Amino acid sequence: MVDARGYVCPMPVIMVKKEVEGKAPASLEVMVDEACAKENVTRYAESAGYKVTVTEEGADFKLVLTK
Amino acid sequence: MKKVNWFVIVAGVAVGLAALGLTLLGNPANMGFCIACFERDIAGALGLHSAAKVQYLRPEIIGLVLGSFIMSIGSKEFRTKTGSAPATRFVLGAMVMIGALVFLGCPLRLVIRLGGGDGSAILGLVGFVIGIAIGVMFLNKGFTLKRAYDGSPVEGSMLTSVMVGLLLMFIVAPTLFHFSKAGPGSMHAPFFIALGVSLIVGILSQKARLCMVGGIRDVMLFRDFKLLYGFVAIFITILIGNLALGRFHAGFVLQPIAHSSTLWNILGMVVVGWGSVLLGGCPLRQLILAGTGNGDSAVTVFGMIVGAAIAHNFALAGNPDSLNKAKALVVGGIGMNGQIAVIICLAALLLISIRNSRQEVQK
Repeated sequence: MVDARGYVCPMPVIMVKKEVEGKAPASLEVMVDEACAKENVTRYAESAGYKVTVTEEGADFKLVLTK
Repeated sequence: MKKVNWFVIVAGVAVGLAALGLTLLGNPANMGFCIACFERDIAGALGLHSAAKVQYLRPEIIGLVLGSFIMSIGSKEFRTKTGSAPATRFVLGAMVMIGALVFLGCPLRLVIRLGGGDGSAILGLVGFVIGIAIGVMFLNKGFTLKRAYDGSPVEGSMLTSVMVGLLLMFIVAPTLFHFSKAGPGSMHAPFFIALGVSLIVGILSQKARLCMVGGIRDVMLFRDFKLLYGFVAIFITILIGNLALGRFHAGFVLQPIAHSSTLWNILGMVVVGWGSVLLGGCPLRQLILAGTGNGDSAVTVFGMIVGAAIAHNFALAGNPDSLNKAKALVVGGIGMNGQIAVIICLAALLLISIRNSRQEVQK
């Protein structure tokens, strides 16, 4: 689980990239709190070969990345 | 990441057209849209510095913030975020402004100058890329200004409120402000046309997340070209527009409001690129983020305005190339004060970068 709430871009993508490159998880949950971060993390994750499903949780977004 | 994001290209073309149009309507040459120059002019209009040639209440800054605010309310993206190292951001904002005024332009004007044939801007681009690369290196080493937190809507709309206040003051009592009678500050498009144009640019920039630093940074970090397309779209639009209008004048010296001092063009933009990466976005992006409720970006903008005042009060800003009475070239650039300031900024950036990198933070 990567909690990138409160961080502006590019920090959320850097946090996800570090997790993906370090551990290559089959699935990863990411929390972000702005639309820009949601878009950028999604774009990065898809380029890294993940499928991304987004659900809104209150004012935040939960992204589930799966291989 | 191969998919082209067309909206960012549309936004880039719109920014380019706006810059061309506003120049035709009266804004200074190769300065249709310059965030640093226009915040500097606002600092002058408020009497924060007394450089008589650069004082005007630029409606472009007001319009960009209001456009972003309107768009973020409409798309329900407005959310107050604040508390991510605001004092550091204020200082970084001031340093980015000093670097930009040494070069004579923010990253947006860098692109506009390139599109006008200004060869000295290539030096600025070199410095800008170097600065971004240094910033990216520290991002990869874990640099962070820590997270922000939710805040009240009053905090999130503070810069927007200040901009509305300035607009109302301009309408009700324009004589309160200092306005240049000569020089770049005296050259401007009609106030309300510029306000309307920049309102649209603000809306598009918010939607497209347009960022001059982000384009090069994201390619270095993630091989993500989305924002770079916006950067390139602005350049191509300006280039074609200037060629069509007969305003493309290729050359290295005596370019409009620019100097050809090699080292300081480069180092000025190193400060801008590096500082902007640490801040998470270029001066344009800071205005847009502030409009969407980011209090830290609002603090950055205030820092930039103060940085502009410092730059002119202490004679740090660049002087354009000129001709003397014998029609010989006098290469512009910066004086000793400016050179010392750039070196102090670089040292401060290094210190801020190292001390906020994760290994240091975790000690």
